[in-house]
Amino acid sequence: MKPINTLIIVLVLVLVVLSQSFYTVDQREAALVFQLGEIVHVETKPGLYFKIPMVQNVRFFDTRVLTLDSEDPERFITSEKKNVLVDYFVKWRIVDVRTFYVSFSGDEKRAMNRLAQTVNDGMRAEFGKRTVHDVVSGERDQIMRQLRASADADARRYGVQVLDVRIKRVELPTEVSESVYRRMEAERKQVANELRSTGAAEEEQIKADADRQRAVIIANAYKEAQTLKGEGDAKAAAIYAAAYGKNPEFYAFYRSMEAYRASFKSKQDLMVLQPSSDFFRYMKSPRGSGK
Amino acid sequence: MNNDPQSIITMAWNDPQWGNNGRGGGGPPDLDELWKRFNQKLNAMLGGKGRSGGGDGSGGGGFSGFRIPGGAGLLIALAILIWLASGFYIVDAGQRGVVLRFGKYVETTMSGPRWHIPYPIESVEVVNVDRVRTVEIGYRNNVKAKVLSESLMLTDDENIIDLLFSVQYTIKNPVDYLFMNRDPDEAVRQTAESAMREVVGKSKMDFVLYEGRAEVADRAAKLMQKILDRYKTGVSISKLNMQNAQPPEQVQAAFDDAVKAGQDRERLKNEGQAYANNVIPRAKGMAARLHEEAMGYQQQVVADAQGEASRFSQILVQYNKAPQVTRERMYQDAMQQVLTNTTKVLVDDKQGSNLLYLPLDKLMQAAGAAAPAQSASTAAPQSTQRGSTQSDPLRNRDALRSRDREARP
Repeated sequence: MKPINTLIIVLVLVLVVLSQSFYTVDQREAALVFQLGEIVHVETKPGLYFKIPMVQNVRFFDTRVLTLDSEDPERFITSEKKNVLVDYFVKWRIVDVRTFYVSFSGDEKRAMNRLAQTVNDGMRAEFGKRTVHDVVSGERDQIMRQLRASADADARRYGVQVLDVRIKRVELPTEVSESVYRRMEAERKQVANELRSTGAAEEEQIKADADRQRAVIIANAYKEAQTLKGEGDAKAAAIYAAAYGKNPEFYAFYRSMEAYRASFKSKQDLMVLQPSSDFFRYMKSPRGSGK
Repeated sequence: MNNDPQSIITMAWNDPQWGNNGRGGGGPPDLDELWKRFNQKLNAMLGGKGRSGGGDGSGGGGFSGFRIPGGAGLLIALAILIWLASGFYIVDAGQRGVVLRFGKYVETTMSGPRWHIPYPIESVEVVNVDRVRTVEIGYRNNVKAKVLSESLMLTDDENIIDLLFSVQYTIKNPVDYLFMNRDPDEAVRQTAESAMREVVGKSKMDFVLYEGRAEVADRAAKLMQKILDRYKTGVSISKLNMQNAQPPEQVQAAFDDAVKAGQDRERLKNEGQAYANNVIPRAKGMAARLHEEAMGYQQQVVADAQGEASRFSQILVQYNKAPQVTRERMYQDAMQQVLTNTTKVLVDDKQGSNLLYLPLDKLMQAAGAAAPAQSASTAAPQSTQRGSTQSDPLRNRDALRSRDREARP
C-alpha cells in the first residue's frame, strides 16, 4: 500500500504545481502578471496561460463596461443663479490595465471617486454657463457630449475609457418645485377661465345672433305684410273709384246714408230734433207742405 | 443523471471564489482548495451512485482516504466516464448556450441537448434570449406603488409631470449581453430613465400629457436602443409602455378644473345654440303668420271693395231708372233706422219757450224710458236691417208705449 500512497502524494503535488503554473483569463477580464511585485506582463486576450509557479502571481481586472451611478443628486448652479439637482451615470471601462493598476492599485472604488470628481467639475462648469431651460431641454445633448469628451480625455491618463456620461434627472429643489406647482396651477386656472369666458362669449354671441335673426325675420315679414296690405288697399281703392266714379253725386248721398246708419245706432246717442226738419214734414200735414 | 454533474460543475464555476465579481486583491486562485472541493464533490457523487446501485460490490471507498480499493482501474474508468458525462447540458427553446474554453468564447449553441468538453477546459452559460424582461420606471410592480423621484420630470416649458412607464426588452446578442457589461439589466433601467427624461425635457407639457404620448414613447424607445447599442449590451427594446402620464398630484385639481372648463364651454355653446334653435323657428313662424295675415287682409279688403262696388253699381242701375223715388226711399230708410236706434228728443221751438230744461244725463240714463210730454216717435218699424234683431224687443216696447201716448191726447 505504501508505494501507492507515495504515488498518490506525488501525483497530487504535481497537480498542485501544474495548477499553480497555469491561469485562465476570462472573456470578461484582463490579467496582470506580477513577478515579485513587479508587473512583467499584461494579458488582455482570454485563454489559458502559463506562469512560473510561486514566483509569479496574477491579478484580474474586469474589462466590461462598468457604471458609475451618482447616489444622491448633486446641486449645481446655473447661469441665472438657480439651483438644480442633477444625477447622472457614467459608463466606463478599463482599457489600459497597467496604468489603471498603477494609478489606483486596481481599486475600482478609487477610480470611480476620481471619475465622479472629474465629471462633477465638468458639470459645474457646463451648468454655470447655461440656463435651466438649456440644461433641461435645449443643450442637454451638448452638455453630455462635452462632459463625455472631457471626462474621457482625463480618464485616459489613468487607463480608463469613458463611454458615456448621461444626465438622468435634472430637478428643481423642493422649494422651487412648490412654486412651479403654484405657477402650473395659475396657468391652468388661466386656461380654465379663458375657456369658460370664451364659452360665455360664444353663448352670448349665438344668442345675440339668434335675436338679430329673429328681429330681421320679423321686420322683413312686417315689411312684406305691409306691402301686401298696401297692395290690397290700392286695389280696393281702385275698385271703389271705378264703381263710385259712375255717379259721384249719388255716391255722396248713398255713402252719407250709410254713414248716418253707422254712426247713430245706439240708445246712448241722443238726438235733439226739430219737427221742422224735412223728415217730419208729414207729421204736420198729410200733404207734406211743411212750414 | 446527465444534468447533475453539469449543474454541479457550473455551480463551481459560478462560485464567488472562481467567478469574477468577488475576486478581491488576493493573488492567484487557490487551486489546492479547489481541488479539494472537487474531490469532495466527486466523492459524494460516487458515494451516491454506489448506494443507489445496490449490490455493486465495489463498495463506497472513494478518494477520501487515499486508499485504492479493489477494482481501482474500474473506478478510474468510471470517474472518467462521469467526468465526460458532466459535459452534457440542455439548452431549452428560446435559450442560447455560450461556450467558453479556458475563459475564451468559442461558440453559441442553439436549443437542444449539447455537450462541451467538461470542466475545467470548457464551461457553458445558458442565456434566455426570448424571455421578455421588463423594467418599470416610476413604480414597482403596481402603478399605485409610485417612486416619485423617478416619475417626476421637468418638461421643456419648465413644468413638472408625473410619468410612469415600463420597458420590455429581449436579448438579441447573448455574447454581448454576457461579456460586454457588468450589469446589462441595470444599464437598461438607467438608460430608460435618462432617455425618457431627455425626450420629455425637449417636449412641451401638453404634448407629453395629451396628443404626443405615443410619439414620446416612440422617440424614447429609439433613443434607448441607440444608447444601449453604443454600450454593446446586446439588448433589444421591444416595447415602451406609457403607463400613466399626468400632472403631479399637487396640481391635479387645477388640471381637472381646466378639463371641466372645456366641458363648461361646450355646455354654454350648446345652451346658446339651444336658445337660437328656440327663437329662430318661432320668429319664422311669426313671420309666416304676419305674411298670412297680410294676405288675408289684402284679399279681404279687395273682396270687400269688390262687394261694395258691386252693390253700389247695382243700386246705381236702379237709381238711374227712377232717381227721385229711389233717393227718397233710401233717405227714409236710413232715417228710420237711425231714429229707431237712437234716443231722441223732439223740440218744437215755435211752441215752447226759449228756456227749455232738458236733463240730458238723466235722459241718457233712462235710455229713452222717460221722455218729455211733447215727444213723439214715428210709427212702429218693420225693420229689415241687419243687426236689429237683438234690439227688437226693446224697440217694440218703445214703439208700443209711444203709440199709447200718441193715442191719449
